[in-house]
Amino acid sequence: MTALTGRQIPDRLSSPASRALKSWEALLLIVAIAIFILNTLASPYFLDPWNLSDASYNFTEKAMIAFAMAMLIVAGEIDLSVGSIIALSSTVMGAAMAAGASTPLLVLLGLGTGVACGAFNGLLVARFGLPSIVVTIGTMSLFRGISYIALGDGAFTGYPSSFAWFGQGYVFWVITVELVIFAIAALIFGILLHRTSFGRMVYAIGNNATAARFSGIRVDRIRFILFLLTGLMSGIASVCLTSRLGSTRPSIASGFELEVVTIVVLGGVSILGGSGSIAGVVLAAFVMGLVTFGLGLLNVPGIVMSIIVGALLIAVIAIPRLWSMTRRA
Amino acid sequence: MRYLKSREAILALAIVVLLGVIASRFPGFVRPSNLARVFTDTAPLILLALGQMAVILTKCIDLSVAANLAFCGMVAALMNGAGVPLPLILLAVIGLGASLGAINGLLVWRLGIPSIVVTLGTMTIYRGTIFLMTGGAWINAHQMTSGFKAFPRHVLAGLPIMAWIAIAAIALVALLMTRTALGRAFYAVGGNPHAAIYAGISVGRSQFAAFVLAGALAGLTGYLWVARYAVAYVDIAGGFELDVVAACVIGGIAIAGGAGTVAGAVMGALFLGIIKNALPVVGISPFWQMAISGSAILIAIAFNATSQRIPGRIILKQAGHRT
Repeated sequence: MTALTGRQIPDRLSSPASRALKSWEALLLIVAIAIFILNTLASPYFLDPWNLSDASYNFTEKAMIAFAMAMLIVAGEIDLSVGSIIALSSTVMGAAMAAGASTPLLVLLGLGTGVACGAFNGLLVARFGLPSIVVTIGTMSLFRGISYIALGDGAFTGYPSSFAWFGQGYVFWVITVELVIFAIAALIFGILLHRTSFGRMVYAIGNNATAARFSGIRVDRIRFILFLLTGLMSGIASVCLTSRLGSTRPSIASGFELEVVTIVVLGGVSILGGSGSIAGVVLAAFVMGLVTFGLGLLNVPGIVMSIIVGALLIAVIAIPRLWSMTRRA
Repeated sequence: MRYLKSREAILALAIVVLLGVIASRFPGFVRPSNLARVFTDTAPLILLALGQMAVILTKCIDLSVAANLAFCGMVAALMNGAGVPLPLILLAVIGLGASLGAINGLLVWRLGIPSIVVTLGTMTIYRGTIFLMTGGAWINAHQMTSGFKAFPRHVLAGLPIMAWIAIAAIALVALLMTRTALGRAFYAVGGNPHAAIYAGISVGRSQFAAFVLAGALAGLTGYLWVARYAVAYVDIAGGFELDVVAACVIGGIAIAGGAGTVAGAVMGALFLGIIKNALPVVGISPFWQMAISGSAILIAIAFNATSQRIPGRIILKQAGHRT
């Protein structure tokens, strides 16, 4: 995605937005705390630990994928097929379950399908040099299409009770398994992006892929690995979501890709590549979770929530730019 | 220019082959009356693909077109319920669609927010606003006047008005692209923004114009959609934005901007439209539709990429493109 949108010749490094980005996490933290307080005031049921714990389901599955997606977007690519990878992975697990597979095998097949889908995307993008936004629009239809072919308007239900642990289980009294997976993923991706040479190469590719290639970075291999990671995280999310719902339908997780991208962008990752942090993504996930949960407590319908999330997305990005424009003027 | 021409020729050939394969088993499908029906069915996709093409040419993308369509369709249905005459409704939806496109365009132009982020946001906002207007209620056929419903289906010289509107739009956009300064600007801005600036073309203004065009076409399609299917609700044309992008991509519009033709976009839309219409005829379950159109997209881009590949390593050219 090389969308060029500025009025002047683009100069990413010195754009006014990049300076605002440095305090982005601070801004998100303030927003999160403000919404938390508002929620507490809005409903006496908000602070109930069981409520809060169940509320985490609002964002954990999407946020797990958002970490891998953040790295992909930092590298200047995008994966719009993640929702469809979930569907295909869930379909494979459903078919295996119907054939009598045990829970460990189900999980393995779920993750394996995710990785395979990621490898397919990565191959097309990295090996054949095709634009990722188009490739993944294609595989989005393809992967979900295969689920529809396999299932039609039917569904797989009757997962074994041991499988339910991933999406419905609790680890420490009230902490959900999904929240633990989310936390571990945040840690791993945080280290991978910010503390390893691999992470630095990802930034380098996002800032200037040509320069990165000439400085000896194996750009295509890293792109391929990033797609594998997004596939793997989609596979993990698929295990969680399938386990939580206890059934597979071909329409499962539809529209996930846009919510995942929304979390990543809200987290301060530049859609043009080259900048962003995992901490921002974690905070954005909490903001999204708190907003939807708070609005849910107030009985706001889901579609109105999506207006607010959409407006939040634009506002959070527009306000720092408006601010810097007025200061320059 | 030579390979651009041949790409469209190959796409035309692919459509002919596709029709031939279908006709070999179901000759009824290629009867002129049925082809006219397929073309009419594909008219909304063609109209939106024309607008999306202009947007993609300028290195942007508009994910809000389907939501814009649904919004304008609902407004058209509401206006009809309030007794507004049809010509006024038509003007209103085109204007409303253009304004919604202008909102996208302004955010991209004035604030420099990437178009994918802007339209991701406005997509949910526009669709959500329909819910706020109606409380989620449906407007059904019996709540629409017969004149409102009949207009797009009215047959004129063998083709419904809806098909004629698509043909007129194709002609107008083709004129705009090839015969006006604005059309040139779309290509210039997408092909090389830096050079465009030096040539005195405003990048942002051209992108704004592209969004307004896409919006106006989406607004018009909103009325046509609602009138033809005689129902308006929040989720009409859900997910259609990706079909529209897919049609452009199959038609050879380069997603990085600057390259593509009206003929390509129209044929890309027709290709998808024929597949969609042929599946039930050939006896393949409609559940195959997504997988088949997904594969078609992948094959099309793989083909485009191989024909566009720069031979040898021209470092400066690469560096200039990677903005």
